[in-house]
Amino acid sequence: MLKKVNANENRNNVEIPQVRIGDAEFPQPFRSGLEYASPARGTWNIVHTGMLIPEAHEIFVCASCCLRGVVLTAAEMGAMDRFSTVEIREHNLLDGDMEELVIEGVSDIINKLPKRPPAVLVYTSCVHHFTGVDLDMIYERLRERFPDIDFTDCYMNPIMRKSGMTPDQLMRSRLYTMLHEREINPRAVAIIGNDLPTDEDSELMYMLKSNDFTVHEITSCKSYEEYQEMAESAYYISYYPDAAPGGDMLADRLGGKHIKMNFSFDYEEIDETFAELAGALGINPRKPSDIADARRVCEEELAATKELVGDTPIAIDYTYCTRPLGLAKMLLIHGFNVQKVYLDAVSGGDKEAFDYLKRKYPDLMLEPTVHAGMRFAQTANRDACGKVLALGQKAAYFENTNHFVNLVEGGGMMGYEAIYRTARLMREAFETEKDMKELVGIKGLGCEGGCCS
Amino acid sequence: MKQTSRITSTYSADTMGVCSALFELGGMTIMHDASGCNSTYTTHDEPRWYDMDSMVYISALTEMEAIMGDDEKLLGDIEDAVRELHPKFVAIAGTPIPTMTGFDFEAVASVAEQRTGVPCFGFATTGMNTYIHGVSMAFETLAKRIVKDVDKEKKSGKTIKVNIIGLTPLDFSVNGQDSSIASWLESEGFEVVSRWAMGSTLEEIAMAGEADVNLVVSASGLAAAKVLFERFGMPYAVGLPIGHELPGTFADLIKTKVREFKETDASADVSNPATFESREISIHSGVFLGGFESDAQPYNKDFAAVIGEGIASLSLASAIELDCGIPAKVLCATECPADMLRECDRMTPDEDDIIPELKGAAYIIADPLYKPICPTEAKFIPLPSEGFSGRLYRDEIPNLIDNPEAILGQLK
Repeated sequence: MLKKVNANENRNNVEIPQVRIGDAEFPQPFRSGLEYASPARGTWNIVHTGMLIPEAHEIFVCASCCLRGVVLTAAEMGAMDRFSTVEIREHNLLDGDMEELVIEGVSDIINKLPKRPPAVLVYTSCVHHFTGVDLDMIYERLRERFPDIDFTDCYMNPIMRKSGMTPDQLMRSRLYTMLHEREINPRAVAIIGNDLPTDEDSELMYMLKSNDFTVHEITSCKSYEEYQEMAESAYYISYYPDAAPGGDMLADRLGGKHIKMNFSFDYEEIDETFAELAGALGINPRKPSDIADARRVCEEELAATKELVGDTPIAIDYTYCTRPLGLAKMLLIHGFNVQKVYLDAVSGGDKEAFDYLKRKYPDLMLEPTVHAGMRFAQTANRDACGKVLALGQKAAYFENTNHFVNLVEGGGMMGYEAIYRTARLMREAFETEKDMKELVGIKGLGCEGGCCS
Repeated sequence: MKQTSRITSTYSADTMGVCSALFELGGMTIMHDASGCNSTYTTHDEPRWYDMDSMVYISALTEMEAIMGDDEKLLGDIEDAVRELHPKFVAIAGTPIPTMTGFDFEAVASVAEQRTGVPCFGFATTGMNTYIHGVSMAFETLAKRIVKDVDKEKKSGKTIKVNIIGLTPLDFSVNGQDSSIASWLESEGFEVVSRWAMGSTLEEIAMAGEADVNLVVSASGLAAAKVLFERFGMPYAVGLPIGHELPGTFADLIKTKVREFKETDASADVSNPATFESREISIHSGVFLGGFESDAQPYNKDFAAVIGEGIASLSLASAIELDCGIPAKVLCATECPADMLRECDRMTPDEDDIIPELKGAAYIIADPLYKPICPTEAKFIPLPSEGFSGRLYRDEIPNLIDNPEAILGQLK
């Protein structure tokens, strides 16, 4: 279905793509084509994520068009002293000296650094993949030259995004490749793969700490030594789907157990995933009374929010959390007027919610974020009347609303906390306008101002 | 080591230059790339992105499409987008992977043009040159394909008509410098025909053949100026009206030379036509060097170093010499014809090229992201450039045309 708008004087009747979920196909509701990039920039990229390793230095080896975005990410973070580049030029493609360029370029930079970093993340790119560069040899040479430095292979190769592990999955797993094997502490766990710290008042943290587990998370490490202490963990917990390959890698390499949890807005699924966690850790499951209390808090917060926002149209996008359709389902069940979800594909974790919404709420609209026609969606909404409450930056941008919850990648929420905290944030967003244009343009929400350094 | 940067930034690339050059003209520009180039461009290189609906996209190339040479996917996507969005033209710009797979940009553009009926341009950018290269390619194509032939009689008026070529936010930001250049020309009695490409429509650029002279304000305008010379015999002036003494002298020089060229051309021997180089009106002539010799001696100690795009830096260096009496050396970090620079100036594409050239400098005028490699003995005067630091210091970029004292005042 296409909504027609007069978005530009030169282009009457530009078609904004949208589809009723009742008519949508899983997992690709929209055809692929030329892609648009909205100005919403809050999600993290591979520079932000790599900077989570304290004291580590990042070196990108790419063409200038690829370097441009990452170097300015580092500059905006105030982390240029932890970031360097080696630029591939046209002659390198012809000269067959790509290995030499990486080895000598990285060496040159390390030798010029005022202080020796304990770890160096070397990012190679699509060009290396297509020229069949011998990456194993490169890292072998670098480790020989700099035995006091831990090196890991990182990748900026978006052309591989549909071939095996995605760049995001790769980056989140590379974070832990430099952990040195050490004695396992049976009462230590590592929450892995998150860009943002798990909320201290979440049930997950409460459950772990009240059972006397030492909890490691890369987001709270202040030094390289503290980062290395993660290696003592007997369990690796992941609840961000793209973090799972990193957990599997750690289990293979260091011998701990990987526990995959589901981030969810569904009461039954939350209980199930926490029960599985308790079983895996060998601790008592949560008491029925605790679960009842958590559900009561959620219901009270949702009711208070519904009371405030009434039938205000609500839009959600996929950058808010990994289960945007699960969130839409939960809100619709509680009487909220969710009208639209922005996503380009439906994840496997959202399949159950997709099927449910298709049956029960078939008029819920889906809109893409990268379809070429979306260039004009925000313009189309500029003159729209009425308040829209958005959950997520892309929804806020496309709906052109200053009433939005400014949060990405789940924001460290987990369990029932994700429900009641979302409800509270919705009330706050409804009552207080934000400067949407200013806020959504900030790269790496939660990382700005060098907090990752 | 060349090609390494320990701590400085990277200039925007040729691919993004194409997008920036064509942004305001109502077309559709496609970066033939997997992902990332578009968000980089829209975040760091394009200050107009939020407020101006221009169609810049990526093709979302995948590994299998690249390996299998599946150009049909891109052609189909272009057809769909043209049908839905009605651009005035389509431009396809290259990135490293299409470069490696030997993607034929001209051929694909030609097929796309046949299928859509819309002018389509292919730009074999590689993503491995600076934005100057890409902007230059785009403007050159406009000069060849968009600018219409004109009736010579229309060019017989007394007022000298000018095209301003080489304007993009990568060099001039969005702080009004483009309009200030146009205002300066008008105040000097010129008539502005077109502004390539900030503030003019595609239709206005199509009328550029009516001008008498081109004002090239960045190195990206030279290739288009050459095409317009070849098509219309137009001379070209090179430089920016910066400072107190330079603008008036520059304007007078343009007027004198344009009239001189007209007279020369009227009596020219057709068997011995003028060359493009002979029709240059520029700071290169030495008029703006203020009496300094162009050998290297005055530039070894207590000089001012200007790091940046070639023509803007040359103009600023000239203003510094004329208004402040301080020798000023250009360290050109982007593509610029070698003969455009003076003997004292240097091409410095890499961090390690720049560092030794700063020895002995009393002043360094450069983007703030260069500061970490500058000697602390020199006074660092920040002059941010969107082409280097993107949006980071956008609010601090001065309008050097209207307010040259923003920089010159710090050297006095």
